[in-house]
Amino acid sequence: MEPILEDLEQAEGLAALQSASEEIRDHYGVDHVVYHWVDSAGDQYGCGTYSDVWRDRYLEQNYLRVDPVILGCFQRFHPVDWKRLDWSSKPARTFQAEAIAHGVGNQGFSVPIRGPNGQFALFTTSHSCDDDVWAAWTDAHRRDLILIAHTFNEKALEFEPDRAPEQSQALSPREVDAMTFLAMGYSRAQVADTLSISEHTLRVYIESARFKLGAMNTTHAVARAMSRGLIVV
Amino acid sequence: MLRYVYASDLGDHPKLARTMFRDRADQFKTRLGWDVHVDKDGYERDEYDDLNPLYVIWEEPDGSHGGSMRFLPTIGRTMVNEHFGDLISGPITSPVIWECTRFCLTRGAGSHVAAALMLGGGEIMQNFGVEHFVGVFDARMVRIYRMIGSSPDVLGSAGEGRDQISVGLWHFDEAAAAAVAERAGVPMERSRQWFDLAFGTTSRRELARTA
Repeated sequence: MEPILEDLEQAEGLAALQSASEEIRDHYGVDHVVYHWVDSAGDQYGCGTYSDVWRDRYLEQNYLRVDPVILGCFQRFHPVDWKRLDWSSKPARTFQAEAIAHGVGNQGFSVPIRGPNGQFALFTTSHSCDDDVWAAWTDAHRRDLILIAHTFNEKALEFEPDRAPEQSQALSPREVDAMTFLAMGYSRAQVADTLSISEHTLRVYIESARFKLGAMNTTHAVARAMSRGLIVV
Repeated sequence: MLRYVYASDLGDHPKLARTMFRDRADQFKTRLGWDVHVDKDGYERDEYDDLNPLYVIWEEPDGSHGGSMRFLPTIGRTMVNEHFGDLISGPITSPVIWECTRFCLTRGAGSHVAAALMLGGGEIMQNFGVEHFVGVFDARMVRIYRMIGSSPDVLGSAGEGRDQISVGLWHFDEAAAAAVAERAGVPMERSRQWFDLAFGTTSRRELARTA
């Protein structure tokens, strides 16, 4: 996953999000990866692997107003398995049948994100398979999907017109300590011990640093912190 | 029973909402003496209640509030980062860390209520991929957390004795969850039903109906 996200971070513009969504689809072997967002001015953008026909149909029919995924995720922040949503109304069922006919798949998992100043985004993977297969897949990859969703959103926020210059990715003193000792090859237990904190607390500092660094895992985060000169070993 | 309610849906539970905000006033202003704002209706509400947080609420059989807590994602605005940043050496921000604040128990609530709330927190962690909660708590809560077997790691504190305020960290632990469920007197199966009631079910029967 890291090379894909690395590319995404380096690349410019919407095209980068488009190619990353295709690469992520292939990496996980799911039918579709879609990311769409509404910026703080209320304008909509999207990218992903749905067919052009389905995308056009969706926009033309203004399915935003019917789509249970949108209705169930707007203004919320917990990830959602589509099965948990309310598909019981007639318009929703019609919409779902049409979506399946257009190859969207009968399963889906969406991560809603509430960004700053009313920005809102949804990162979705969808697939055609039975419930057990989907449950096992989402269980195995839930964390990745949440992290990827936020990586996409960080990129999308760069397009915001009045975006303040990139807030410095400065790490807090504790995060610098944690990253530094990890870079020196200490185990987590040794780092926690050295800093006189529990391993759970250490995990939080590592996690917070990982997010600031846009990394998918600890190793990647340590490498980034070093290459950016945030830690010196 | 446990209810999981976004602020935008509190209107569906008027009595629960009313009594929750009043119980918060009673706990944080009257009993703990925190510097919080209580409005003309007797509600303790702050700026974070306006960010559409998710509340986990213990509802008594008569529909009133027995205890509650409030969740917000740490990638957005949080009380911990905006007001207690100096206690934790910089902001804590991550998609897999949520903030939990305003842990409140109605006057005279049994310890099973606090345990039930913790059980709800565990459901959130397991189902939503949340790995930690970070929150602010008062010295007087320490005993309650210990009693229900869910003591936080302390990231930092300010003040002394009874007035000490700390930022703490909770994580999920399967064994602890079973103990918390036991203390709450709520079978895991029941807990799962309450969760599904709020967030929808993944059961096959439901899918058959909708597919």
